[in-house]
Amino acid sequence: MTTTYELSHLRALEAEAVHIFREVAATFERPALLFSGGKDSVVMLHVAGKAFWPAALPFPVLHVDTGHNFDEVIEFRDRAVRRHGVRLVIGSVQDDIDAGRVVEEAGPRASRNRLQTATLLRSIQRHRFDAVFGGARRDEEKARAKERVFSFGDEFGQWDPRNQRPELWNLYNGRHRAGEHIRVFPLSNWTELDIWQYIVDEEIELPAIYYAHRRNVFQRDGMLLAHTRHVTLLEGEIPYQATVRFRTVGDATCTGCVESSAATPEAVVAEVAVTRVTERGATRADDRISEAGMEDRKKDGYF
Amino acid sequence: MPQLLRLATAGGVDDGKSTLIGRLLHDSKTIFEDQLAAVERTSRERGDDYPDLALLTDGLCAEREQGITIDVAHRYFATPKRKFIIADTPGHVQYTRNMVTGASNADLALVLVDARKGVLEQSRRHAFLASLLGIPHLVLCVNKMDLVGWSAERFSEIREEFSQFAMKLNVADLTFVPVSALHGDNIVHRSASMPWYEGTSLLHHLEEVHISSDRNLIDARFPVQYVIRSQQHDFRGYAGTVAGGVFKPGDEIVVLPSGFTSSVRAIWGPGGEPIDEAFAPQAVTVQLADELDVSRGDLICRPNNRPHLGTDVDAMICWFAEHAALRPGARYTIRHTTRTTKARVSALDYRLDVRTLHRDETTETLSLNDIGRIRLRTQQPLLFDPYRRNRGTGSFILIDETTNDTVAAGMITGPVLPAAQVVWQSTAVGRHERATRGLTVWLTGLSASGKSAVAVELERRLVAAGRPAYLLDGDNVRHGLNADLGFSAPDRTENVRRLGEVARLFADAGVVAVVSLISPYRADRELVRATHQAAGLPFVEVFVDTPVEVCEARDPKGMYARARAGEITGFTGIDDPYEAPDTPDLVLRPADGDPAAMAAKVLALLEG
Repeated sequence: MTTTYELSHLRALEAEAVHIFREVAATFERPALLFSGGKDSVVMLHVAGKAFWPAALPFPVLHVDTGHNFDEVIEFRDRAVRRHGVRLVIGSVQDDIDAGRVVEEAGPRASRNRLQTATLLRSIQRHRFDAVFGGARRDEEKARAKERVFSFGDEFGQWDPRNQRPELWNLYNGRHRAGEHIRVFPLSNWTELDIWQYIVDEEIELPAIYYAHRRNVFQRDGMLLAHTRHVTLLEGEIPYQATVRFRTVGDATCTGCVESSAATPEAVVAEVAVTRVTERGATRADDRISEAGMEDRKKDGYF
Repeated sequence: MPQLLRLATAGGVDDGKSTLIGRLLHDSKTIFEDQLAAVERTSRERGDDYPDLALLTDGLCAEREQGITIDVAHRYFATPKRKFIIADTPGHVQYTRNMVTGASNADLALVLVDARKGVLEQSRRHAFLASLLGIPHLVLCVNKMDLVGWSAERFSEIREEFSQFAMKLNVADLTFVPVSALHGDNIVHRSASMPWYEGTSLLHHLEEVHISSDRNLIDARFPVQYVIRSQQHDFRGYAGTVAGGVFKPGDEIVVLPSGFTSSVRAIWGPGGEPIDEAFAPQAVTVQLADELDVSRGDLICRPNNRPHLGTDVDAMICWFAEHAALRPGARYTIRHTTRTTKARVSALDYRLDVRTLHRDETTETLSLNDIGRIRLRTQQPLLFDPYRRNRGTGSFILIDETTNDTVAAGMITGPVLPAAQVVWQSTAVGRHERATRGLTVWLTGLSASGKSAVAVELERRLVAAGRPAYLLDGDNVRHGLNADLGFSAPDRTENVRRLGEVARLFADAGVVAVVSLISPYRADRELVRATHQAAGLPFVEVFVDTPVEVCEARDPKGMYARARAGEITGFTGIDDPYEAPDTPDLVLRPADGDPAAMAAKVLALLEG
């Protein structure tokens, strides 16, 4: 029994996220939860499930599928969705390419990351979602450090960092016009280490690629990329076997892995606690484009 | 079990605040190598001979170009003892909005002064805002001590000057630390250059400052946020975040504003973990022992410790809107706890000059970044405590209904008192000494539903039976007492309130007050019920439930026809809602017979 009436920092963060989920469920008509199979979205789904216990989740899960996936992640996604008994809505980048709505980048370094934004916005529009939960955290990147929990996108899905609504106490203003939607980030105040500690505490299952495994990899731009059917090797790039794990899950063509022997959540926590490079810095080629890379993309509607 | 500490930092462009935060992150080993590499690269490009740690926190392009911080940025770092969330805000007066935003949840505020310049207007303003927002702990960092030769005298001068000023504020805990953010002195480790300083380093203070007792653990407050229902599990529970006090299974509770009492059957944490004691800021689900109608916006508390319930509040607000000023009479949407309703600014008392703390009572508007005291009249009653007592039940935001922007943050100082000098005059005659016991019968329903006919018959029968009774008819009262009111929503609310007060006086005098009034809004009627309950007087709500088609067919005054023709607007049942009672004491339907038969049913209830 508690006598000091103190919450651990993880329970305080969980309570904050639960409050946000319930607030959205109470005040929006058509929310959806963005789910990639990445650890942040897995944790987000887990907390959402807890927020509405014993009832089922009152909103569906949305996956923006680049088509460039790790097989383990798709298999994991389908299992997670079944376990939570939620409806899965898929927005397919391939469909948008086939329909000519977007043009795929060419060349061996082509990535579908930028194309995701168009597919996301089209899915939101098509299903008339008025609130979309994202797993983004403020510790990931400088521009994200300034984004609100309720982040307002106009009808073009654009984020204007100069025109954000003040956000005070736990009084969120989700008012919007028809056709507009709000992005909601319940894990805003969590750090990478918090996420991992929570995964350990709650025994949350993740896709296997988060833990050390043997895989064919190759070096590119100072990063370690997986050699999958989705990438074309450049001259001089020689794949080799290594023991690696992924710190984030994204488009298989540009998500790097790190050499690691951490095969359990506990081992990952120990590793993260001493890591000296941010997870995006180490493993996301798409963020290295420029100093302002994330801010520009967020203005376009990227999560 | 590390605890969470939320801290707000404020400081100007030149105080070295960004450097201080960069130093905290760097020396506590929170900065990653790639972030530091980017900072070193940019610093070199700009020709600096040391890494400018300020670059770590100045995130957005526009800020880097202007060299200032324009928004609230959140930073995270942790030590084995605590995890810290920093809300970092710019210091200029034009960014008061940002500081208020960043500081709303803070446990501790960090204010910086430049040791060379001493306590400037800006530092005083930051301290004032911290006190206005009820931040319990304030730390004044006297920075750039290296530039004043590590002088103990200079530090003590600044401490004296600031302490003098802080006495005027409501600051519970004030601490001074001399530092050099640039060189790291007294940030993480005690400084060797200032042996005269006997306190701890800044980080040590942040790790040790006692915050557990800052919360209100006395006044149990649970605003209902969301109702969780599961047919499959035969479950109905009220989800929300505890805003004060401690709730335990078995506790006697009352649901406000309805006033229904019950007890706590069980409390569940997220995911169904049973909870013995729930306290702020836990997010829990409460099950009650009885089946009650409870919904979002209601508040659960203890019967003997209730918040204020009312539609009129005094509040301090900070105005956020760039393009529109606050004016008395303006209407907004108000978000308070989990309740959303409309509010009208009934008075603007003064604008506070945050530089001098001078009150300008001649002001007619509040503009961007202004702080002022206002009076609000809300459409539905709020369940509130003064902000000083409870940040959760004392705070609100105002939203502009056309732009949907959040235009103000408010801190309730208390209920509006009709006039501060008026005291309650007790009388010599007690209620039991009067010849008869009074009560109020409140007939509500659509226009032409037959309320008045029943009321007339009821009054006649009561008087015939020798009971003092008096009919208060909505239409009649509008000729005199309420002649100044129209039919807008706030006027209707006021109409109901006045009639409720009059009925209560009649009842108190031993008379049966028979009220016949459309009184379309549920909350207004609940307020009248609450007033009666508070006075220990019976209140009988009778819902004359005649379908709108029937009323419209009767239409004795031709009002429905005029409303349909668009000649009158805001007509209940046509283009303004009628909110039927959830749990009336009696429902009368056309099938119950003529007005005489209906009156007999009411009488039977009163006698039963």
